[in-house]
Amino acid sequence: MKEEVRLMKGNEAVAHAAILYGCDGYFGYPITPQSEVLETLEDLMPWETTGMVVLQAESEVAAINMVYGGAATGKAVMTSSSSPGISLKQEGISYIAGSELPALILNVMRGGPGLGTIQPSQADYFQATKGGGHGDYHLIVLSPSSVQEMVDFVGLGFDLSFKYRTPAMILADGIVGQMMEKVVLPPQRPRRTDEEIRKQCPWAVTGKKDGRKRNVITSLELESARMEVINQRLQATYREIEKNETRWEEIEVEDADYLMVAFGSIARICAKAMEIAKEKGIKVGILRPITLWPFPKEAVEKAAQGKKGILCVELNAGQMIEDVRLAVHDRLPVEHYGRLGGIIPSPQEIVDALEAKLIAESK
Amino acid sequence: MKEEIIIAGFGGQGVLSMGKILAYSGLMDDKEVTWMPSYGPEQRGGTANVTVILSDERISSPVLDTYDIVVALNQQSLDKFSPRVKKGGILIFDTSGIHKLPSRDDINIFPIKAMEATLEIGHPKAYNMVVMGALLEAMPYKLPMENVIKGLKKSLPERHHALIPLNQQAIEKGRTLL
Repeated sequence: MKEEVRLMKGNEAVAHAAILYGCDGYFGYPITPQSEVLETLEDLMPWETTGMVVLQAESEVAAINMVYGGAATGKAVMTSSSSPGISLKQEGISYIAGSELPALILNVMRGGPGLGTIQPSQADYFQATKGGGHGDYHLIVLSPSSVQEMVDFVGLGFDLSFKYRTPAMILADGIVGQMMEKVVLPPQRPRRTDEEIRKQCPWAVTGKKDGRKRNVITSLELESARMEVINQRLQATYREIEKNETRWEEIEVEDADYLMVAFGSIARICAKAMEIAKEKGIKVGILRPITLWPFPKEAVEKAAQGKKGILCVELNAGQMIEDVRLAVHDRLPVEHYGRLGGIIPSPQEIVDALEAKLIAESK
Repeated sequence: MKEEIIIAGFGGQGVLSMGKILAYSGLMDDKEVTWMPSYGPEQRGGTANVTVILSDERISSPVLDTYDIVVALNQQSLDKFSPRVKKGGILIFDTSGIHKLPSRDDINIFPIKAMEATLEIGHPKAYNMVVMGALLEAMPYKLPMENVIKGLKKSLPERHHALIPLNQQAIEKGRTLL
């Protein structure tokens, strides 16, 4: 069967993907620029086909706690929001991580701080990769740069999240959420039966049967010695994820004199900047981290070898640059270029920044 | 083949949906496409614009500095985007409400009377398809009309498919305006 190619917004694509990857429940609350996720799900009415629950909660806090509850029963559940709404969800996210539960969270970032603007931003990098909520935990953070990746990462996010019992986040931005491009949707993956869930998730609260101990889902452990063991187990999981799941893309890195590191939609703008730079005789490659946590530090270190400098291009005041600097141990100049408050840099602006910050400096 | 296009005007003129129909038409013609809108309060009475890229190859940035084709439907958009037409590129603008004309001599400029033509057809909502007709006629990449019709079908909800002949008529009218 020929795969059907469709044209849709990143947000719409996430809704389709959730149903097709066998998601059991979506709990959300509208906020620009991601409201189309909930709207599209309401249009598609999956409760009549796959039986998936779609619920508009009374608030972001309620939505994330519904996700917490659903995840405790081994269901594949998700929520989506944009920056201010994701801040509200942080307590719940920390509890989900602390309870070692799988869940998928989509953040279509807008400019902050505070209510900020509805225009695109990448200023939640720190929040997504360094914690956000309290306690020593990590999310698996996936950064899509196309509508197709919005679809693919719903499947990947659920798979990784179940594999490691760790919540995953798709950290998108207003550009990828609002733009339309070609997308190939996956075949329908059936929702798991209760029997399959019990088999896949023996830890889940699915109703105690005779012959096994009751399952308790909690993030509370008042006995410090036991709490330390839980923390150590979490850390061991994070080391496994770092070892197995680090993902990135390299574009013309090998022959380049300079390197741009950028994630999400901005990596696409950098690709255009790379074309402009090439016409001017400047050889620059791009490394695009796909997992922001775990950050591809070894790949960055390797790609940086023999380069004259690195430009980190981000829609923020300089956040990922800290991970890039740690990766290359200050062996070469690492500069940042970004626009703030929802302004999107043009490809030419990025080339100008590359010339001003790295090329002019090294002359 | 690569066409980097921006369509800009007032919110409510059908700028975004025209871009969507253009993108779908490109998709039906087996092109790579991106459609990047301005979004938010701009849609309600302010200016709205949409960048559409049609290409044989994978598209990098959905956001651009300069364009092969600019379609400007009000003075504000004309002032903002006419300097950003690539040398040798195309500028199409509706003369209705324009008091300050573009001054460039290194691009191809097509003033069109799209508002008047729409009134002749008698369906104000077909305005964006009249403009689309002019764009299709001016664009170096010749999008086959059958794929434009397929694009219309794909982007309009089925309950509006009865309006496709009217849209087609508006596109044909637009083609004569250059």
